[in-house]
Amino acid sequence: MSSTMTVHDPRGYPPKVVGKRLASRLEALDGKILYLVDCLFDNSEPFMEQMQSWFAAHLPAVTTRIIKPRESWVDDPAMRATITADGDAAILGVGL
Amino acid sequence: MALEEAGVPTVAVHTHVFARLARATALANGMPRTRQAFVPQPIVDRSPAELRAYIEGIDPVSRRPFMQEVIEGLTQPLSAEDLKGVSFERSTPRLLAADTHDALQQLFVDNNWTDFLPIILPTEERVAAMLAGTSHAPDEVVGRLSPTSFREEWEFTVEKVAVNAVMAGARPEYLPVILAIAASGITARSSSTTSMTSIAVVNGPIRNQIGMNCGIGAMGPHNHANATIGRAYSLLSQNLQGGSVAGETYMGTLGNGLAYSPCFAENEERSPWQPLHVGKGFKAEDSAVSVFFGARYTQEGYGPRETWQEKMRRCLSAGAHFPPLLILDPIVARGFADHGITTSQQLIDWCAANALLPAREYWDDQWVQTLLRPLAVAGVEPYATRLAARDDEIVAMFEAREIHAGVVGGETQGAWKMIGARHMRTVSIDAWR
Repeated sequence: MSSTMTVHDPRGYPPKVVGKRLASRLEALDGKILYLVDCLFDNSEPFMEQMQSWFAAHLPAVTTRIIKPRESWVDDPAMRATITADGDAAILGVGL
Repeated sequence: MALEEAGVPTVAVHTHVFARLARATALANGMPRTRQAFVPQPIVDRSPAELRAYIEGIDPVSRRPFMQEVIEGLTQPLSAEDLKGVSFERSTPRLLAADTHDALQQLFVDNNWTDFLPIILPTEERVAAMLAGTSHAPDEVVGRLSPTSFREEWEFTVEKVAVNAVMAGARPEYLPVILAIAASGITARSSSTTSMTSIAVVNGPIRNQIGMNCGIGAMGPHNHANATIGRAYSLLSQNLQGGSVAGETYMGTLGNGLAYSPCFAENEERSPWQPLHVGKGFKAEDSAVSVFFGARYTQEGYGPRETWQEKMRRCLSAGAHFPPLLILDPIVARGFADHGITTSQQLIDWCAANALLPAREYWDDQWVQTLLRPLAVAGVEPYATRLAARDDEIVAMFEAREIHAGVVGGETQGAWKMIGARHMRTVSIDAWR
Protein backbone atom coordinates (compact mmCIF):
# COMPACT_ATOMS: atom_id res chain seq x y z
CA MET A 1 0.00 0.00 0.00
CA SER A 2 1.36 3.43 -0.99
CA SER A 3 2.15 5.91 1.78
CA THR A 4 0.21 9.14 1.91
CA MET A 5 1.51 12.69 1.85
CA THR A 6 0.20 16.16 2.55
CA VAL A 7 0.58 18.94 -0.01
CA HIS A 8 -0.36 22.59 -0.31
CA ASP A 9 -3.37 23.89 -2.21
CA PRO A 10 -1.92 25.92 -5.13
CA ARG A 11 -4.81 28.34 -5.50
CA GLY A 12 -5.01 31.97 -4.45
CA TYR A 13 -7.69 33.48 -2.25
CA PRO A 14 -10.95 34.50 -3.93
CA PRO A 15 -12.84 37.54 -2.69
CA LYS A 16 -16.04 37.10 -0.75
CA VAL A 17 -19.08 37.17 -2.99
CA VAL A 18 -21.63 39.73 -1.85
CA GLY A 19 -25.12 39.11 -3.13
CA LYS A 20 -26.83 41.88 -5.06
CA ARG A 21 -30.50 41.96 -5.91
CA LEU A 22 -31.90 42.56 -9.34
CA ALA A 23 -33.87 45.72 -10.03
CA SER A 24 -37.63 45.45 -10.15
CA ARG A 25 -38.87 44.68 -13.64
CA LEU A 26 -41.17 46.91 -15.67
CA GLU A 27 -44.81 45.95 -16.17
CA ALA A 28 -44.46 46.85 -19.84
CA LEU A 29 -42.04 48.66 -22.11
CA ASP A 30 -44.61 50.92 -23.79
CA GLY A 31 -43.93 54.58 -23.04
CA LYS A 32 -40.59 53.76 -21.45
CA ILE A 33 -37.08 54.91 -22.33
CA LEU A 34 -34.80 52.00 -23.16
CA TYR A 35 -31.06 52.59 -23.38
CA LEU A 36 -29.18 50.38 -25.83
CA VAL A 37 -25.62 50.30 -24.54
CA ASP A 38 -23.08 49.75 -27.30
CA CYS A 39 -20.23 48.12 -25.38
CA LEU A 40 -17.79 49.08 -28.18
CA PHE A 41 -16.85 45.58 -29.21
CA ASP A 42 -16.07 45.48 -32.91
CA ASN A 43 -19.35 45.60 -34.88
CA SER A 44 -21.56 46.05 -31.81
CA GLU A 45 -22.57 49.49 -33.13
CA PRO A 46 -24.49 48.11 -36.14
CA PHE A 47 -25.88 45.39 -33.87
CA MET A 48 -27.37 48.01 -31.57
CA GLU A 49 -28.61 49.99 -34.57
CA GLN A 50 -30.45 46.88 -35.71
CA MET A 51 -31.89 46.46 -32.21
CA GLN A 52 -33.11 50.05 -32.37
CA SER A 53 -34.60 49.42 -35.79
CA TRP A 54 -36.35 46.29 -34.49
CA PHE A 55 -37.96 48.22 -31.65
CA ALA A 56 -39.06 50.96 -34.04
CA ALA A 57 -40.75 48.37 -36.24
CA HIS A 58 -42.26 46.10 -33.59
CA LEU A 59 -42.63 48.19 -30.42
CA PRO A 60 -42.85 51.80 -31.61
CA ALA A 61 -44.15 53.00 -28.24
CA VAL A 62 -40.72 52.31 -26.74
CA THR A 63 -38.20 55.14 -26.97
CA THR A 64 -34.74 53.73 -27.62
CA ARG A 65 -31.48 55.62 -27.23
CA ILE A 66 -28.08 54.23 -28.17
CA ILE A 67 -25.36 55.17 -25.70
CA LYS A 68 -21.68 54.25 -25.46
CA PRO A 69 -19.15 54.14 -22.65
CA ARG A 70 -15.98 56.17 -23.09
CA GLU A 71 -13.73 53.11 -23.33
CA SER A 72 -14.06 49.39 -23.91
CA TRP A 73 -14.24 47.24 -20.75
CA VAL A 74 -13.85 50.23 -18.47
CA ASP A 75 -16.65 51.36 -16.18
CA ASP A 76 -18.08 54.71 -17.21
CA PRO A 77 -19.87 56.26 -14.19
CA ALA A 78 -21.06 59.25 -16.26
CA MET A 79 -22.79 56.95 -18.73
CA ARG A 80 -24.36 54.94 -15.92
CA ALA A 81 -25.58 58.16 -14.30
CA THR A 82 -27.26 59.19 -17.55
CA ILE A 83 -29.03 55.85 -17.88
CA THR A 84 -30.09 55.83 -14.23
CA ALA A 85 -31.40 59.40 -14.40
CA ASP A 86 -33.17 59.27 -17.74
CA GLY A 87 -33.80 55.62 -18.52
CA ASP A 88 -36.27 52.96 -17.45
CA ALA A 89 -34.33 49.93 -18.68
CA ALA A 90 -31.17 48.98 -20.53
CA ILE A 91 -29.82 46.37 -22.92
CA LEU A 92 -26.06 45.90 -22.95
CA GLY A 93 -24.34 44.36 -25.92
CA VAL A 94 -22.47 42.83 -27.34
CA GLY A 95 -20.59 41.96 -24.23
CA LEU A 96 -17.97 39.31 -23.67
CA MET B 1 -24.74 44.78 -12.77
CA ALA B 2 -24.11 48.26 -11.44
CA LEU B 3 -27.17 49.38 -13.41
CA GLU B 4 -29.30 46.69 -11.74
CA GLU B 5 -28.06 47.87 -8.35
CA ALA B 6 -29.07 51.39 -9.32
CA GLY B 7 -32.61 50.16 -10.02
CA VAL B 8 -32.43 49.88 -13.82
CA PRO B 9 -33.65 46.52 -15.16
CA THR B 10 -31.03 45.27 -17.58
CA VAL B 11 -30.41 42.48 -20.05
CA ALA B 12 -26.86 41.67 -21.13
CA VAL B 13 -26.39 40.29 -24.64
CA HIS B 14 -23.45 37.99 -25.40
CA THR B 15 -22.47 35.60 -28.15
CA HIS B 16 -23.22 31.99 -27.32
CA VAL B 17 -19.62 30.78 -26.90
CA PHE B 18 -19.35 33.00 -23.84
CA ALA B 19 -22.37 31.52 -22.05
CA ARG B 20 -20.35 29.66 -19.40
CA LEU B 21 -18.08 32.63 -18.79
CA ALA B 22 -21.01 35.06 -18.59
CA ARG B 23 -22.78 32.92 -16.02
CA ALA B 24 -19.65 32.33 -13.96
CA THR B 25 -18.96 36.08 -13.93
CA ALA B 26 -22.53 36.82 -12.83
CA LEU B 27 -22.22 34.30 -10.00
CA ALA B 28 -18.87 35.71 -8.85
CA ASN B 29 -20.47 39.15 -8.76
CA GLY B 30 -23.25 37.97 -6.46
CA MET B 31 -25.95 38.26 -9.10
CA PRO B 32 -26.26 34.77 -10.58
CA ARG B 33 -29.73 35.39 -11.96
CA THR B 34 -28.69 38.35 -14.07
CA ARG B 35 -30.79 38.37 -17.21
CA GLN B 36 -28.72 37.34 -20.21
CA ALA B 37 -29.59 36.66 -23.83
CA PHE B 38 -27.37 35.13 -26.47
CA VAL B 39 -26.85 35.50 -30.20
CA PRO B 40 -24.68 33.27 -32.38
CA GLN B 41 -20.95 33.85 -32.63
CA PRO B 42 -19.53 35.82 -34.43
CA ILE B 43 -20.72 39.40 -34.40
CA VAL B 44 -17.56 40.69 -36.04
CA ASP B 45 -17.72 40.98 -39.82
CA ARG B 46 -21.46 40.28 -39.98
CA SER B 47 -23.52 42.56 -42.19
CA PRO B 48 -26.44 44.59 -40.79
CA ALA B 49 -28.80 42.11 -42.44
CA GLU B 50 -27.05 39.19 -40.75
CA LEU B 51 -27.14 40.96 -37.41
CA ARG B 52 -30.85 41.61 -37.90
CA ALA B 53 -31.32 37.90 -38.54
CA TYR B 54 -29.62 37.17 -35.21
CA ILE B 55 -32.03 39.56 -33.50
CA GLU B 56 -35.07 38.04 -35.16
CA GLY B 57 -33.78 34.51 -34.68
CA ILE B 58 -33.39 32.00 -31.89
CA ASP B 59 -31.22 32.40 -28.81
CA PRO B 60 -28.81 29.47 -29.31
CA VAL B 61 -28.52 28.90 -25.56
CA SER B 62 -32.15 29.00 -24.42
CA ARG B 63 -33.54 27.84 -27.80
CA ARG B 64 -36.25 30.50 -27.49
CA PRO B 65 -36.74 33.58 -29.68
CA PHE B 66 -33.95 36.03 -28.88
CA MET B 67 -36.17 39.12 -28.56
CA GLN B 68 -38.59 37.22 -26.35
CA GLU B 69 -35.68 36.52 -24.01
CA VAL B 70 -34.74 40.19 -24.05
CA ILE B 71 -38.22 41.59 -23.47
CA GLU B 72 -39.12 39.06 -20.80
CA GLY B 73 -35.80 39.78 -19.13
CA LEU B 74 -36.90 43.39 -18.71
CA THR B 75 -40.56 42.82 -17.87
CA GLN B 76 -41.13 39.40 -16.30
CA PRO B 77 -41.73 39.73 -12.53
CA LEU B 78 -38.88 38.65 -10.31
CA SER B 79 -39.05 35.56 -8.16
CA ALA B 80 -37.98 35.45 -4.53
CA GLU B 81 -34.78 33.82 -5.73
CA ASP B 82 -34.09 36.76 -8.06
CA LEU B 83 -34.49 39.28 -5.29
CA LYS B 84 -32.10 37.93 -2.76
CA GLY B 85 -28.84 37.68 -4.69
CA VAL B 86 -26.29 35.22 -3.46
CA SER B 87 -23.63 35.96 -0.84
CA PHE B 88 -21.08 33.35 0.06
CA GLU B 89 -17.58 32.94 1.37
CA ARG B 90 -15.15 31.01 -0.75
CA SER B 91 -11.95 29.87 0.76
CA THR B 92 -9.10 27.76 -0.46
CA PRO B 93 -7.43 25.64 2.19
CA ARG B 94 -3.76 25.92 2.96
CA LEU B 95 -3.31 22.15 2.78
CA LEU B 96 -5.14 19.42 0.90
CA ALA B 97 -6.31 16.15 2.42
CA ALA B 98 -3.49 13.62 2.62
CA ASP B 99 -3.39 11.09 -0.18
CA THR B 100 -0.97 9.00 -2.20
CA HIS B 101 1.47 10.53 -4.66
CA ASP B 102 -0.39 9.18 -7.67
CA ALA B 103 -3.80 10.22 -6.37
CA LEU B 104 -2.58 13.76 -5.67
CA GLN B 105 -0.99 14.04 -9.12
CA GLN B 106 -4.33 13.04 -10.60
CA LEU B 107 -6.19 15.47 -8.34
CA PHE B 108 -4.05 18.35 -9.60
CA VAL B 109 -4.72 17.34 -13.21
CA ASP B 110 -8.44 16.86 -12.61
CA ASN B 111 -8.73 20.30 -10.98
CA ASN B 112 -6.90 22.04 -13.83
CA TRP B 113 -4.08 23.11 -11.50
CA THR B 114 -1.31 21.99 -13.88
CA ASP B 115 -0.21 22.74 -17.43
CA PHE B 116 -0.74 19.03 -18.14
CA LEU B 117 2.94 18.27 -17.83
CA PRO B 118 4.02 16.40 -14.68
CA ILE B 119 4.47 18.65 -11.66
CA ILE B 120 6.45 18.43 -8.45
CA LEU B 121 3.93 18.00 -5.67
CA PRO B 122 4.16 20.93 -3.23
CA THR B 123 4.75 19.07 0.02
CA GLU B 124 5.16 21.03 3.22
CA GLU B 125 8.87 20.24 3.23
CA ARG B 126 9.42 21.38 -0.36
CA VAL B 127 7.48 24.59 0.13
CA ALA B 128 9.39 25.35 3.33
CA ALA B 129 12.65 24.83 1.45
CA MET B 130 11.45 27.11 -1.35
CA LEU B 131 10.54 29.83 1.15
CA ALA B 132 14.17 29.90 2.28
CA GLY B 133 14.81 31.70 -1.03
CA THR B 134 13.29 34.95 0.27
CA SER B 135 13.43 36.98 3.46
CA HIS B 136 9.74 37.78 3.17
CA ALA B 137 7.19 36.19 5.50
CA PRO B 138 5.09 33.37 4.03
CA ASP B 139 1.84 35.16 4.85
CA GLU B 140 2.83 38.48 3.26
CA VAL B 141 0.39 39.47 0.54
CA VAL B 142 2.23 39.76 -2.78
CA GLY B 143 -0.60 41.02 -4.97
CA ARG B 144 -3.71 40.21 -6.91
CA LEU B 145 -4.40 38.67 -10.31
CA SER B 146 -7.39 38.14 -12.56
CA PRO B 147 -7.78 36.58 -16.02
CA THR B 148 -9.14 39.83 -17.42
CA SER B 149 -10.05 43.32 -16.27
CA PHE B 150 -13.75 42.61 -15.78
CA ARG B 151 -13.24 39.52 -13.61
CA GLU B 152 -12.73 39.47 -9.88
CA GLU B 153 -9.18 39.68 -8.53
CA TRP B 154 -7.82 36.89 -6.36
CA GLU B 155 -5.23 37.65 -3.68
CA PHE B 156 -2.11 35.63 -2.98
CA THR B 157 0.73 35.42 -0.49
CA VAL B 158 4.44 34.63 -0.64
CA GLU B 159 3.67 31.06 0.37
CA LYS B 160 1.17 30.60 -2.47
CA VAL B 161 3.78 31.81 -4.96
CA ALA B 162 6.28 29.38 -3.44
CA VAL B 163 3.79 26.51 -3.83
CA ASN B 164 3.53 27.17 -7.57
CA ALA B 165 7.30 27.59 -7.83
CA VAL B 166 7.74 24.12 -6.33
CA MET B 167 5.20 22.68 -8.77
CA ALA B 168 7.17 24.17 -11.68
CA GLY B 169 10.40 22.57 -10.52
CA ALA B 170 12.07 25.85 -9.58
CA ARG B 171 14.88 26.14 -7.03
CA PRO B 172 14.73 28.36 -3.91
CA GLU B 173 17.29 30.80 -5.32
CA TYR B 174 14.88 31.56 -8.20
CA LEU B 175 12.09 32.60 -5.83
CA PRO B 176 12.88 36.35 -5.74
CA VAL B 177 12.52 36.47 -9.53
CA ILE B 178 9.24 34.56 -9.40
CA LEU B 179 7.91 36.79 -6.59
CA ALA B 180 8.82 39.91 -8.56
CA ILE B 181 6.99 38.57 -11.61
CA ALA B 182 3.96 37.73 -9.47
CA ALA B 183 4.07 41.17 -7.86
CA SER B 184 3.74 42.76 -11.29
CA GLY B 185 0.05 41.89 -11.19
CA ILE B 186 0.22 40.96 -14.87
CA THR B 187 -1.14 37.53 -15.66
CA ALA B 188 0.48 35.18 -18.16
CA ARG B 189 -2.92 33.50 -18.58
CA SER B 190 -5.12 36.25 -19.88
CA SER B 191 -8.54 35.00 -20.93
CA SER B 192 -8.52 37.22 -24.01
CA THR B 193 -9.97 35.64 -27.13
CA THR B 194 -6.78 36.75 -28.88
CA SER B 195 -4.65 34.23 -26.93
CA MET B 196 -2.39 36.73 -25.25
CA THR B 197 0.24 35.71 -22.76
CA SER B 198 3.07 37.56 -21.03
CA ILE B 199 6.85 37.48 -21.33
CA ALA B 200 9.28 38.14 -18.48
CA VAL B 201 12.73 39.53 -19.34
CA VAL B 202 15.28 39.43 -16.51
CA ASN B 203 18.10 41.95 -16.11
CA GLY B 204 20.88 42.54 -13.61
CA PRO B 205 23.31 40.48 -11.54
CA ILE B 206 20.74 37.85 -10.54
CA ARG B 207 20.89 36.41 -14.05
CA ASN B 208 24.36 35.07 -13.40
CA GLN B 209 23.81 34.40 -9.70
CA ILE B 210 21.10 31.84 -10.48
CA GLY B 211 22.53 30.61 -13.77
CA MET B 212 20.00 32.00 -16.22
CA ASN B 213 20.70 31.61 -19.91
CA CYS B 214 20.93 34.71 -22.05
CA GLY B 215 23.04 33.07 -24.76
CA ILE B 216 22.45 30.12 -27.10
CA GLY B 217 18.82 29.02 -26.95
CA ALA B 218 17.86 31.55 -24.25
CA MET B 219 14.27 31.73 -25.46
CA GLY B 220 13.85 27.96 -25.56
CA PRO B 221 13.85 25.05 -23.09
CA HIS B 222 17.62 24.85 -22.70
CA ASN B 223 18.21 26.10 -19.19
CA HIS B 224 16.82 25.08 -15.81
CA ALA B 225 16.33 28.58 -14.41
CA ASN B 226 14.74 30.06 -17.55
CA ALA B 227 12.45 27.07 -18.03
CA THR B 228 11.23 26.70 -14.47
CA ILE B 229 10.88 30.43 -13.71
CA GLY B 230 8.81 30.77 -16.85
CA ARG B 231 6.77 27.71 -15.99
CA ALA B 232 6.23 29.04 -12.47
CA TYR B 233 4.94 32.28 -13.99
CA SER B 234 2.51 30.29 -16.09
CA LEU B 235 1.31 28.06 -13.24
CA LEU B 236 1.01 30.83 -10.66
CA SER B 237 -0.94 32.92 -13.15
CA GLN B 238 -3.59 30.27 -13.63
CA ASN B 239 -3.79 29.11 -10.03
CA LEU B 240 -3.57 32.40 -8.19
CA GLN B 241 -6.09 34.23 -10.40
CA GLY B 242 -8.88 31.69 -10.09
CA GLY B 243 -8.17 29.43 -13.04
CA SER B 244 -7.38 29.26 -16.72
CA VAL B 245 -9.83 26.64 -17.92
CA ALA B 246 -10.68 26.58 -21.61
CA GLY B 247 -14.23 27.78 -22.23
CA GLU B 248 -14.64 29.08 -18.69
CA THR B 249 -11.75 31.22 -17.55
CA TYR B 250 -9.71 31.00 -20.75
CA MET B 251 -11.18 32.05 -24.10
CA GLY B 252 -8.12 32.38 -26.36
CA THR B 253 -9.34 30.83 -29.57
CA LEU B 254 -5.98 29.51 -30.81
CA GLY B 255 -4.00 29.34 -27.57
CA ASN B 256 -0.34 30.33 -27.27
CA GLY B 257 2.72 28.10 -26.95
CA LEU B 258 4.69 30.90 -25.27
CA ALA B 259 2.37 30.51 -22.29
CA TYR B 260 4.26 27.39 -21.19
CA SER B 261 7.44 29.13 -20.15
CA PRO B 262 7.70 32.81 -21.04
CA CYS B 263 10.98 33.86 -19.38
CA PHE B 264 14.55 34.64 -20.48
CA ALA B 265 17.39 36.97 -19.58
CA GLU B 266 19.03 39.79 -21.51
CA ASN B 267 22.61 39.27 -22.68
CA GLU B 268 23.95 42.43 -21.09
CA GLU B 269 27.59 41.30 -21.30
CA ARG B 270 27.53 41.03 -25.10
CA SER B 271 25.14 43.89 -25.77
CA PRO B 272 26.41 47.22 -27.07
CA TRP B 273 23.28 48.88 -25.67
CA GLN B 274 22.05 49.83 -22.22
CA PRO B 275 20.09 47.05 -20.52
CA LEU B 276 16.31 47.09 -20.70
CA HIS B 277 15.84 47.76 -16.99
CA VAL B 278 18.14 50.80 -17.07
CA GLY B 279 15.74 52.36 -19.52
CA LYS B 280 13.05 51.88 -16.87
CA GLY B 281 14.87 53.81 -14.16
CA PHE B 282 16.91 51.03 -12.55
CA LYS B 283 20.68 51.00 -12.12
CA ALA B 284 22.74 48.47 -14.04
CA GLU B 285 23.68 46.78 -10.76
CA ASP B 286 20.00 46.34 -9.81
CA SER B 287 18.17 43.15 -10.67
CA ALA B 288 14.74 43.62 -12.18
CA VAL B 289 12.23 41.86 -14.38
CA SER B 290 10.26 43.51 -17.18
CA VAL B 291 6.86 42.06 -18.02
CA PHE B 292 5.51 42.36 -21.55
CA PHE B 293 1.89 41.54 -22.33
CA GLY B 294 0.55 40.21 -25.62
CA ALA B 295 3.01 37.91 -27.38
CA ARG B 296 0.53 37.00 -30.07
CA TYR B 297 2.72 37.32 -33.14
CA THR B 298 6.40 36.70 -33.74
CA GLN B 299 8.33 37.58 -36.85
CA GLU B 300 12.00 37.14 -37.58
CA GLY B 301 14.82 38.40 -39.67
CA TYR B 302 18.58 38.20 -40.05
CA GLY B 303 21.30 40.73 -40.47
CA PRO B 304 21.03 43.64 -40.53
CA ARG B 305 21.59 43.13 -44.24
CA GLU B 306 21.52 45.69 -47.00
CA THR B 307 17.72 45.63 -47.22
CA TRP B 308 17.07 45.55 -43.46
CA GLN B 309 14.88 48.64 -43.62
CA GLU B 310 12.51 47.10 -46.17
CA LYS B 311 12.35 43.85 -44.19
CA MET B 312 11.68 45.59 -40.90
CA ARG B 313 9.06 47.89 -42.41
CA ARG B 314 7.18 44.84 -43.67
CA CYS B 315 7.36 43.19 -40.26
CA LEU B 316 6.25 46.34 -38.44
CA SER B 317 3.24 46.90 -40.65
CA ALA B 318 2.32 43.21 -40.65
CA GLY B 319 1.88 43.10 -36.89
CA ALA B 320 -1.34 43.64 -35.04
CA HIS B 321 -1.95 46.67 -32.86
CA PHE B 322 0.40 45.57 -30.08
CA PRO B 323 3.75 47.37 -30.33
CA PRO B 324 6.88 45.38 -31.12
CA LEU B 325 9.34 44.00 -28.61
CA LEU B 326 12.53 43.52 -30.61
CA ILE B 327 14.84 40.74 -29.46
CA LEU B 328 18.19 40.87 -31.23
CA ASP B 329 21.22 38.64 -31.14
CA PRO B 330 24.35 40.61 -30.13
CA ILE B 331 25.64 40.23 -33.70
CA VAL B 332 22.61 42.14 -34.96
CA ALA B 333 22.79 44.83 -32.29
CA ARG B 334 26.45 45.45 -33.05
CA GLY B 335 25.80 45.24 -36.76
CA PHE B 336 23.39 48.14 -36.56
CA ALA B 337 26.33 50.40 -35.71
CA ASP B 338 27.50 49.93 -39.32
CA HIS B 339 24.16 51.42 -40.38
CA GLY B 340 24.48 54.42 -38.05
CA ILE B 341 22.35 53.00 -35.24
CA THR B 342 24.45 52.83 -32.09
CA THR B 343 21.79 52.83 -29.36
CA SER B 344 18.58 50.91 -28.79
CA GLN B 345 16.72 54.22 -28.68
CA GLN B 346 17.86 55.05 -32.21
CA LEU B 347 16.46 51.74 -33.45
CA ILE B 348 13.24 52.31 -31.52
CA ASP B 349 12.88 55.79 -33.00
CA TRP B 350 13.47 54.38 -36.49
CA CYS B 351 10.79 51.74 -35.90
CA ALA B 352 8.30 54.32 -34.66
CA ALA B 353 8.93 56.43 -37.76
CA ASN B 354 8.59 53.45 -40.08
CA ALA B 355 5.71 51.48 -38.59
CA LEU B 356 3.17 52.89 -41.01
CA LEU B 357 -0.11 51.85 -42.57
CA PRO B 358 -2.79 53.48 -44.69
CA ALA B 359 -5.51 54.66 -42.29
CA ARG B 360 -8.03 52.28 -43.84
CA GLU B 361 -5.87 49.25 -43.02
CA TYR B 362 -4.94 50.56 -39.58
CA TRP B 363 -8.56 50.95 -38.52
CA ASP B 364 -9.75 47.73 -40.18
CA ASP B 365 -8.62 45.65 -37.24
CA GLN B 366 -10.89 44.14 -34.60
CA TRP B 367 -8.81 45.22 -31.63
CA VAL B 368 -7.98 48.65 -32.96
CA GLN B 369 -11.71 49.11 -33.44
CA THR B 370 -12.58 47.79 -30.01
CA LEU B 371 -9.86 49.34 -27.90
CA LEU B 372 -8.53 52.39 -29.73
CA ARG B 373 -11.46 53.77 -31.72
CA PRO B 374 -13.40 54.79 -28.57
CA LEU B 375 -10.34 56.74 -27.43
CA ALA B 376 -10.06 58.37 -30.85
CA VAL B 377 -13.72 59.35 -30.79
CA ALA B 378 -13.19 60.85 -27.34
CA GLY B 379 -10.39 63.02 -28.77
CA VAL B 380 -7.48 61.19 -27.15
CA GLU B 381 -4.24 61.62 -29.13
CA PRO B 382 -2.60 60.21 -31.15
CA TYR B 383 -5.68 58.10 -31.95
CA ALA B 384 -7.90 61.07 -32.80
CA THR B 385 -5.47 62.24 -35.49
CA ARG B 386 -5.26 58.73 -36.91
CA LEU B 387 -9.06 58.51 -37.03
CA ALA B 388 -9.29 61.86 -38.81
CA ALA B 389 -6.94 60.68 -41.55
CA ARG B 390 -8.28 59.91 -45.02
CA ASP B 391 -8.49 56.20 -45.93
CA ASP B 392 -5.37 56.37 -48.09
CA GLU B 393 -3.43 58.64 -45.75
CA ILE B 394 -0.45 57.01 -44.05
CA VAL B 395 -0.65 56.91 -40.25
CA ALA B 396 1.89 55.90 -37.61
CA MET B 397 1.03 52.67 -35.81
CA PHE B 398 3.00 53.21 -32.61
CA GLU B 399 4.72 55.85 -30.55
CA ALA B 400 8.40 55.36 -29.73
CA ARG B 401 7.65 55.01 -26.01
CA GLU B 402 5.61 51.88 -26.78
CA ILE B 403 8.45 50.07 -28.57
CA HIS B 404 11.19 48.14 -26.77
CA ALA B 405 14.39 46.39 -27.78
CA GLY B 406 16.61 43.92 -25.94
CA VAL B 407 19.67 41.84 -26.73
CA VAL B 408 19.51 38.06 -26.29
CA GLY B 409 21.28 35.15 -27.91
CA GLY B 410 24.53 33.29 -28.33
CA GLU B 411 25.95 34.72 -31.57
CA THR B 412 25.58 31.52 -33.59
CA GLN B 413 23.48 33.53 -36.06
CA GLY B 414 22.67 37.19 -36.63
CA ALA B 415 18.99 36.65 -35.90
CA TRP B 416 16.30 38.92 -34.56
CA LYS B 417 12.71 38.45 -33.54
CA MET B 418 9.88 40.91 -33.39
CA ILE B 419 7.18 40.00 -30.87
CA GLY B 420 3.97 41.96 -30.49
CA ALA B 421 4.09 42.69 -26.77
CA ARG B 422 3.35 45.78 -24.72
CA HIS B 423 5.61 46.69 -21.78
CA MET B 424 3.51 46.68 -18.65
CA ARG B 425 5.85 46.98 -15.68
CA THR B 426 9.45 46.56 -14.57
CA VAL B 427 9.67 45.22 -11.02
CA SER B 428 12.63 45.07 -8.63
CA ILE B 429 13.85 41.54 -7.94
CA ASP B 430 16.13 42.75 -5.16
CA ALA B 431 13.07 43.82 -3.17
CA TRP B 432 12.00 40.17 -3.05
CA ARG B 433 15.32 38.62 -2.02
